[in-house]
Amino acid sequence: MPEMLSPVPRTLFDKIWESHVVERLPDGTCLLYIDRHLVHEVTSPQAFEGLTLAGRPVRRPDATIAVADHNIPTSDRRNGIAEAESRLQVETLEKNVVAFGVPYIPVLDDRQGIVHIIGPELGISLPGTTIVCGDSHTSTHGAVGALAFGIGTSEVEHVLATQTLLQRPAANMRIEVNGRLPPGCTAKDIILAIIGRIGTAGGTGHVIEYAGDTIRGLDMAGRMTVCNMSIEAGARAGLIAPDETTFAYVAGRPYAPKGEALDRAIAYWQTLPSDPGATFERTVTIDAGQLAPMVSWGTNPEAVVPVTGVVPDPSAEADPARRATFRRMLEYMDLKPGTKITDIPVDVVFIGSCTNSRIEDLREAARITRGRKVAAGVRALVVPGSGLIKKQAEAEGLDRVFKDAGFEWREAGCSMCLGMNPDKVPPGKRSASTSNRNFEGRQGPGARTHLLSPAMAAAAAIAGHFTDVREFS
Amino acid sequence: MEKFTRLTAIAAALPIANVDTDKIIPSRFLKTIKRTGLGVHLFDPLRYRADGTENPDFVLNREPWRQAGILVADDNFGCGSSREHAPWSLMDFGIRCVIAPSFGDIFYNNSLKNGLLPIRLPRAMCERLMADAAMGGNAKFTVDLERQVIVRPNGEEIRFEFDPFRKRLLLEGLDDIGQTMAFSPAIDRFEERRRREWSWLPATTVA
Repeated sequence: MPEMLSPVPRTLFDKIWESHVVERLPDGTCLLYIDRHLVHEVTSPQAFEGLTLAGRPVRRPDATIAVADHNIPTSDRRNGIAEAESRLQVETLEKNVVAFGVPYIPVLDDRQGIVHIIGPELGISLPGTTIVCGDSHTSTHGAVGALAFGIGTSEVEHVLATQTLLQRPAANMRIEVNGRLPPGCTAKDIILAIIGRIGTAGGTGHVIEYAGDTIRGLDMAGRMTVCNMSIEAGARAGLIAPDETTFAYVAGRPYAPKGEALDRAIAYWQTLPSDPGATFERTVTIDAGQLAPMVSWGTNPEAVVPVTGVVPDPSAEADPARRATFRRMLEYMDLKPGTKITDIPVDVVFIGSCTNSRIEDLREAARITRGRKVAAGVRALVVPGSGLIKKQAEAEGLDRVFKDAGFEWREAGCSMCLGMNPDKVPPGKRSASTSNRNFEGRQGPGARTHLLSPAMAAAAAIAGHFTDVREFS
Repeated sequence: MEKFTRLTAIAAALPIANVDTDKIIPSRFLKTIKRTGLGVHLFDPLRYRADGTENPDFVLNREPWRQAGILVADDNFGCGSSREHAPWSLMDFGIRCVIAPSFGDIFYNNSLKNGLLPIRLPRAMCERLMADAAMGGNAKFTVDLERQVIVRPNGEEIRFEFDPFRKRLLLEGLDDIGQTMAFSPAIDRFEERRRREWSWLPATTVA
């Protein structure tokens, strides 16, 4: 029988993994080759220091690229960074890239931006490759069909020194999303619903491959939003098989292969999708037709409800540990069980972050905002993911739409997603945020964060409270 | 890396699920270019009140747990970001071992790189260890990595599973880079092959 000769069906993850194994140790740990290493200012100083102390060079500067994003102000940056510690981190990065010969995108360059935005945007992130960065949202790059995951500073140093990592293979998980996405629902609502279903540890030890016709139908921006939040489900990485949408996106980007090299690359990339019959340790199926715009109510990303819902009642939780967690979340968020989500007022609206700051996100938010005003007392800001996105938005007149409505229009960076720069949510204030984490204190000490899509955030800014974007007229 | 062989210490219980890295050390304390001195910020949101004074109810602000060397935690400890500042702040405080039913993957890896021993045990066992920890006083645990056992204050030994490769590195205090450097010829060969077979892949210096 020919079946006897055919190879074992493999997943997309298996294929990328196996093509990067340099050495397999007897216990199954692998030395994995890394194609792309993205470096930023917060998790790299101690790694470069380690290299200096050991007298080691960067093995492959030509597979490495650095940018400052976490710390930098989103106001005019021509006069430098006022905050001393942030300035020191950025200056340290600038010294290190010179000392080690690492390519660097300067703060005042149009191509500067959030590392997970500019990787795909510049064509640095390519299908079939391995991509790492000292940041958990590296999972974003899985949208192009790359195996991309976040690492700590010791591993940053390890990759700088050896271009490899010691890793054990992850388990395979498949999340299939099928059906027509209802109006008003976006990639953000898909991923929030997924995390609501499988939980913040639902993907631990796994790489999630997102599949199904709803995922296939998403544009690259939507796919990046989905993969970005894989880590919020505990997964090591998220992946989407490369297809014509991917190839069309990659072609023509400055760091991507060109001409005949691109043809050869695409021929290879077409072999990457999971084989029929490949084994996944776990499969989850989601009916997109049943989704509604989602809003988080608690302090982790699994605490989500449809905007039509209410704040849940902890006493309905059977498990005492979960009940205690629920109570603590409600106390921190200052919410009462049974409150309608649409009755919750907002103080701050943040449209930005590596989850939702691409041009497509800004267009969606502008579509809702056009001709309207931000509600009195609400501070609303738009922080584009990169300088190039900012320019594109300005060319389309989106900046005027936002500014006319009373939004602040800022420079690119991580900004209020984690408040390492001056953009913070004040203590006790409630934020509607298109970012990825609603942890206690994430956007500033005492800040209360609700996660939602860009369109829902824009609608909340205008209404002054959460509102169902589908009814927003 | 600091060795981990055998540790006898007071254990503190932290019975909160999903303790994320922002709770272990908030992002505003990541603006450092050093690995040291972060212990003072460990668990900042839990440990300090809004005015900066210590929260007297928090376990690590009470005796004898100020001297804790072991933390017994709940599910999904260390979920969230990749910040290695999380294990650095635990180590700087004096904690060398965290026991929990499950961990965030990146935190778990980061701990191993710093000589901080993360031990997974079933939740029911963690609950028993939390009860032990709550006794305080002279109730010390011994964690023996060589034998892969935790000795409870009553003398009972609890076995735990551990990756043999990581165990050796921890016991000998070997860092990963030194290990990997031994594979340099294999990395050279791999790169050579890739230059031929993946010639479509540009350098990051092209644009």
